[in-house]
Amino acid sequence: MIKFFLMVNKQGQTRLSKYYEHVEISKRTLLETEVIKSCLSRSNEQCSFIEFKDFKLIYRQYAALFIVVGVNDTENEMAIYEFIHNFVEVLDEYFSRVVNNV
Amino acid sequence: MPAPIRLRELIRTIRTARTQAEEREMIQKECAAIRSSFREEDNTYRCRNVAKLLYMHMLGYPAHFGQLECLKLIASQKFTDKRIGYLGAMLLLDERQDVHLLMTNCIKNDLNHSTQYVQGLALCTLGCMGSSEMCRDLAGEVEKLLKTSNSYLRKKAALCAVHVIRKVPELMEMFLPATKNLLNEKNHGVLHTSVVLLTEMCERSPDMLAHFRKLVPQLVRILKNLIMSGYSPEHDVSGISDPFLQVRILRLLRILGRNDDDSSEAMNDILAQVATNTETSKNVGNAILYETVLTIMDIKSESGLRVLAINILGRFLLNNDKNIRYVALTSLLKTVQTDHNAVQRHRSTIVDCLKDLDVSIKRRAMELSFALVNGNNIRGMMKELLYFLDSCEPEFKADCASGIFLAAEKYAPSKRWHIDTIMRVLTTAGSYVRDDAVPNLIQLITNSVEMHAYTVQRLYKAILGDYSQQPLVQVAAWCIGEYGDLLVSGQCEEEEPIQVTEDEVLDILESVLISNMSTSVTRGYALTAIMKLSTRFTCTVNRIKKVVSIYGSSIDVELQQRAVEYNALFKKYDHMRSALLERMPVMEKVTTNGPTEIVQTNGETEPAPLETKPPPSGPQPTSQANDLLDLLGGNDITPVIPTAPTSKPASAGGELLDLLGDINLTGAPAAPPAPASVPQTSQPPFLLDGLSSQPLFNDITTGIPSITAYSKNGLKIEFTFERSNTNPSVTVITIQASNSTELDMTDFVFQAAVPKTFQLQLLSPSSSIVPAFNTGTITQVIKVLNPQKQQLRMRIKLTYNHKGSAMQDLAEELWEGGCDRWQVPPNCTMGLRS
Repeated sequence: MIKFFLMVNKQGQTRLSKYYEHVEISKRTLLETEVIKSCLSRSNEQCSFIEFKDFKLIYRQYAALFIVVGVNDTENEMAIYEFIHNFVEVLDEYFSRVVNNV
Repeated sequence: MPAPIRLRELIRTIRTARTQAEEREMIQKECAAIRSSFREEDNTYRCRNVAKLLYMHMLGYPAHFGQLECLKLIASQKFTDKRIGYLGAMLLLDERQDVHLLMTNCIKNDLNHSTQYVQGLALCTLGCMGSSEMCRDLAGEVEKLLKTSNSYLRKKAALCAVHVIRKVPELMEMFLPATKNLLNEKNHGVLHTSVVLLTEMCERSPDMLAHFRKLVPQLVRILKNLIMSGYSPEHDVSGISDPFLQVRILRLLRILGRNDDDSSEAMNDILAQVATNTETSKNVGNAILYETVLTIMDIKSESGLRVLAINILGRFLLNNDKNIRYVALTSLLKTVQTDHNAVQRHRSTIVDCLKDLDVSIKRRAMELSFALVNGNNIRGMMKELLYFLDSCEPEFKADCASGIFLAAEKYAPSKRWHIDTIMRVLTTAGSYVRDDAVPNLIQLITNSVEMHAYTVQRLYKAILGDYSQQPLVQVAAWCIGEYGDLLVSGQCEEEEPIQVTEDEVLDILESVLISNMSTSVTRGYALTAIMKLSTRFTCTVNRIKKVVSIYGSSIDVELQQRAVEYNALFKKYDHMRSALLERMPVMEKVTTNGPTEIVQTNGETEPAPLETKPPPSGPQPTSQANDLLDLLGGNDITPVIPTAPTSKPASAGGELLDLLGDINLTGAPAAPPAPASVPQTSQPPFLLDGLSSQPLFNDITTGIPSITAYSKNGLKIEFTFERSNTNPSVTVITIQASNSTELDMTDFVFQAAVPKTFQLQLLSPSSSIVPAFNTGTITQVIKVLNPQKQQLRMRIKLTYNHKGSAMQDLAEELWEGGCDRWQVPPNCTMGLRS
């Protein structure tokens, strides 16, 4: 089950966030900074799945934007990885040149 | 009042802020403007304001004052208003706010709206944040929409139903009839959400699961169509038709096929087909294959399919994409228990992954490698693992070291290899080794008798250079203390012997004592080692005395206590010193979890907690042991004092030690513990480790008739025999003592001694009083180990109080005829002493 969906840029500014489980407002910013920190510290050589507290993070980088999805154990990580790309393609169709505008 | 700015303007403005403070200021200004606009009840711009509020909420600023406004927007008739209103409701409202219930009526009306998009909005919102009360009220509407023919609404209704079921599980039955023809749809959206709904229902209720098993053929058909159908532009993702639906269906099949043979059988073909036909060049294909593998592993698939699955995982491991490798390692870890052999085939690839750069991949590869180690590949694997230990991150080192120890213990091809491996681990990752490894290692070293010289030499060399790694220093100190004489004598077959003088050895031990890096525990080890060397070294005893006396005033209480006791040994008990500090015997590995675990009874000085021996409950066998020894005399009989073999009658003093100095008491450590001796206990002993004090009715009687071993003065002792089930050379004798006189016999003690070739174990008696008039008996169990199947002789001695006076008696039993019969020899010695 997807717990949250984030789009965060390299400076740590949240561009989009949607939580599917209740998280306190104050905790949200904290969570987002931690998530982006762990994503930024990964090099290109490392895989896109991170074990983070009690859920998994699947992230994908598009230029300066990170799209991070937090899931629990039951999800197929690679399918989510594909889903992120699908999402970006959909946005691209609707709004064109999505990635360049961040 | 000018028109409030649009959302886009706001975003642009906020983006220009260069610092956090600037941003906060802008947002506060805008919030104030929005608040005053709300107060004015401005209908035209309400939705714009709420949109801005939602954006600010997303950035992390409080926006609760917008909640009521959302409700007003929902109630409005304009679609644009409703849209923002419902979005706001999803983001800002949840069941924690009381306000949300006001929405119920709006949603109800909108669920019946004429426009499908409005209905869709209502369904989305209900499915996102509906509370249990709302769900209960509106479930009927949702169910109605689930049956509609409009696929746009149907798919949203299905997801809403999932949420309703999660909130109110009792309503699950309500949706059951609607699910009947959900899978008949052509629309992929509906199919997808229906599969999600079915999955949710199956996961929550076993009845539903059983009910939906009949859908397996239909699911298989849908999946087949997806694979076989040609290119369809609306569902294509990199050449594969709707992979997300495929993954969902596979997951549902997994749930349905678990623990069910028929369903698993029905799925076999399609799974094989998916596994073989899916393109693996892109991530999409791999995602589907991964799901397929998970499904195959979980259902009751046939072995051919399982092998196929593991081969797919093996192929993943060779893939360049690190994501796939990670996923493959995770799955292999899950399957290595059940399909061990199949995974073994990919061992070399897994070992290569140890060198990967990614931390999660390395961790998984390490765990998997440990799971795959066996007797055949131990040497090769260990080389790789040691190399990994050298180069891995610190967070892995502790786990890796423990894993290596375990693997080495189980599969070591030779003692020398084992010790080399341990040395290697101690020197490379010494400070990360867990504390409980030290006693295990020490025990291991003790047990490999022929390697003592080699071991101590290597350990000495290791700490010469660097004595900061505590576990290494502890083990080294212990060994040097134990085998110091081997070290200085320079005899070592395995390696080039080094020339070490006694002073050099003492130098290194003293520097360990002084060093700031040594912990208290390590210092304890070092001090004890120095003390032990006093008996093994010849020319440096004075130096040792000096060192020990210095630490008699140490601040560390533990060290001080040890030093004072050792000092006392030097002064008052010098005659006992050599016996006390004798070489440790081979320790049995005790695997039981009772309090008598591996007792490192190296005197009272081991850091391992020395459990307190239970206080003696019966009469002290000490003085009686002397008598028994005198009686038995000779060299052909080894007395086994019926005490727990872990202890020895200690405080008796010098003469006892002299007596026992020559006798080989297997399993008893040389240095006696300070507390008094212990009478027989019923805990699993060191000595006869294969036996246990389990109830004897497990054993089969072998038809040896019971005999009356002793009958005199009203005291009768009967022996009953059984052969132990677990070990054929063990005979279990149960003695029963009964008293036919008119007075009780109190303080009854039964002792026995057997020749050297046997081993004897006496368990606790049931009591020490034999009641009069045969009203009861004392039962005691003796276990005799007769490995050479010789004729058994046993001398027994009885002690009791009767009619106010103490009685003693002796008897000898002879077990003749190849362990088949007992006899009381006609000329047995019987003497009565009072």
